[in-house]
Amino acid sequence: MSNLPEFQSRLASRHRWGRIFEAFCLSATLFGLIMLAILMISIVWKSWGWLDGSFFTNFDSRKPEEAGVKAALWGSLWLLLLTAIFTIPIGIGAAVYLEEYAKKNRLTSFIQLNLANLAGVPSIVYGILGLSVFVRMFGAFPLEEKKVLELSLWFTTLEIPLPFGPTIISGALTLSLLILPVVIIAAQESLRSVPPSLRHAALALGATEWQTIRSQVLPASVPGIATGVILALSRAMGETAPLLMIGAVSFIATTPGGIESFGDIIRNPGSLLEVPFSRFTCLPMKVYDWISFAKPAFQHVAAAGIIVLMGALLLMNATAVFIRQRFRGSIQW
Amino acid sequence: MTTPKPTVFSDVPDDDDLGDSGLRVVRPIMIDAAGVDFYYGDVQALFDVTLSVPDKSVMALIGPSGCGKSTFLRTLNRMNDIIEGTRLEGTIRLDGEDIYRSDIDVVALRKRVGMVFQRSTPFPKSIFDNITFGPRIAGVKNKAELTNIVERSLKQAALWEEVKDRLQESALALSGGQQQRLCIARALATNPEVILMDEPASALDPASTARIEDLIFDLRKQYTIVIVTHNMQQAARVSQYTAFFFQGKLIEVGRTRELFTNPKQKQTEDYITGRFG
Repeated sequence: MSNLPEFQSRLASRHRWGRIFEAFCLSATLFGLIMLAILMISIVWKSWGWLDGSFFTNFDSRKPEEAGVKAALWGSLWLLLLTAIFTIPIGIGAAVYLEEYAKKNRLTSFIQLNLANLAGVPSIVYGILGLSVFVRMFGAFPLEEKKVLELSLWFTTLEIPLPFGPTIISGALTLSLLILPVVIIAAQESLRSVPPSLRHAALALGATEWQTIRSQVLPASVPGIATGVILALSRAMGETAPLLMIGAVSFIATTPGGIESFGDIIRNPGSLLEVPFSRFTCLPMKVYDWISFAKPAFQHVAAAGIIVLMGALLLMNATAVFIRQRFRGSIQW
Repeated sequence: MTTPKPTVFSDVPDDDDLGDSGLRVVRPIMIDAAGVDFYYGDVQALFDVTLSVPDKSVMALIGPSGCGKSTFLRTLNRMNDIIEGTRLEGTIRLDGEDIYRSDIDVVALRKRVGMVFQRSTPFPKSIFDNITFGPRIAGVKNKAELTNIVERSLKQAALWEEVKDRLQESALALSGGQQQRLCIARALATNPEVILMDEPASALDPASTARIEDLIFDLRKQYTIVIVTHNMQQAARVSQYTAFFFQGKLIEVGRTRELFTNPKQKQTEDYITGRFG
């Protein structure tokens, strides 16, 4: 049978197609890698000699040699921190509700569909949303006379401008909205991957639903949720369009709340409360800004900014991978 | 305990019914299901099941796949409640109390009616934390008390000698048979009155199965056990009473010895002689 000439010639052709397909898959993989390599090499080449210690400690300047990312770095840091604070509880809460509590009916499948759609909405649209909701608050407060809500706390007075204006809190809320669908979907998948038998075992031992979720389901899904949150946050960190839209400044010579080190926070904890209501810039904004400058030297500054941004993103993604690997070993079903 | 009714089973004395003093023991009814119909959505899975389980004895539920025996088992601790669209008609009493009454708290019920599943389901935690999960969620915080519970439960489940030196190690490191005994110990830790077992040994090797069976034999002195099994030899070995389910109906129930040697229904006879199922 197998020595028929027809079979033999077909066999050769079948193997050939197998090799062609493998070669295609390999080149598809290489394509991505090569592109990344070209990008990295060209940027490192451009930024060579511009990325030094003073780049981190200097504010921006009109002189390319003195321009630095201090304000942008602190801005990005606070923005990210606040975004995480808003996103994590809301994202996990919504995912837990949808996966663990909600009945599977038309309404929940409609919500599910819309979550998937929201994850695909262009970020500039979220910028418009953020502008009208957080920055301007639908014009509910007249812009001419600045309204400030004062809250007395035991160590300081918290001054909340109304509307928020183009401040860190507006930016963080906008970015939270942007990444929430992604976080919710990632957290849902992670919850779904927890075997139902684990829930049943806990319930059968007389655990309430909350105890089951708190003590078994959430711990088992933490690696997946953490990975999703970190990847979403790193996406938020690189976003420029929505922040442009809400009016983040590109040139600013102060850090949010005037905090330039952890010592500053300890010396003046009240400054921490000023942070959310400070105007700010951030790394991608700065890069965008520098690239549009006329002086050619700023192209090198922009490249150095990109390196810092990429470094930060790489660090976050590495953390995500680390968490995933770390927990994969300890939990097996 | 409410008025102890005599068992519904035949009056032929059985060795199992002889207490330590050699006198015959009449066991009160622990679980009393009457006219139970059960529905998954529009599909009816149980038809008018009426079955009583005497206290401190083992009742085996046998029957072909899909006959409703597991469904019936899960009605006893209301685990079916977590499946959407299920509905039960009829009454099920536990020690005289209707467990489907609207004011019954399922959390409290499941503390009284423990369950062991087909696949062992240890939590991805230490052996100690697995056992103490039930007591802890019920509010036991005292470390010494928890330690006592762990020792007692593991001894009851005949696992203590094997794991006493590694209580802080992951439960997932145990063998399949040990994991299943751990799950039994975990169910015992909450001090239940009834233990439900859903094919507890079907995924285990013969040696581990034998250990589980020995364990059930010991546990029936203190607990009421309802066990679903596909293995008729197992049912014959561990149970005093056997109920045969077929197509959602309870066909026959009786003393295990009688049911296996002298079945009254044709379907029961066909099933236990291997003519179907």
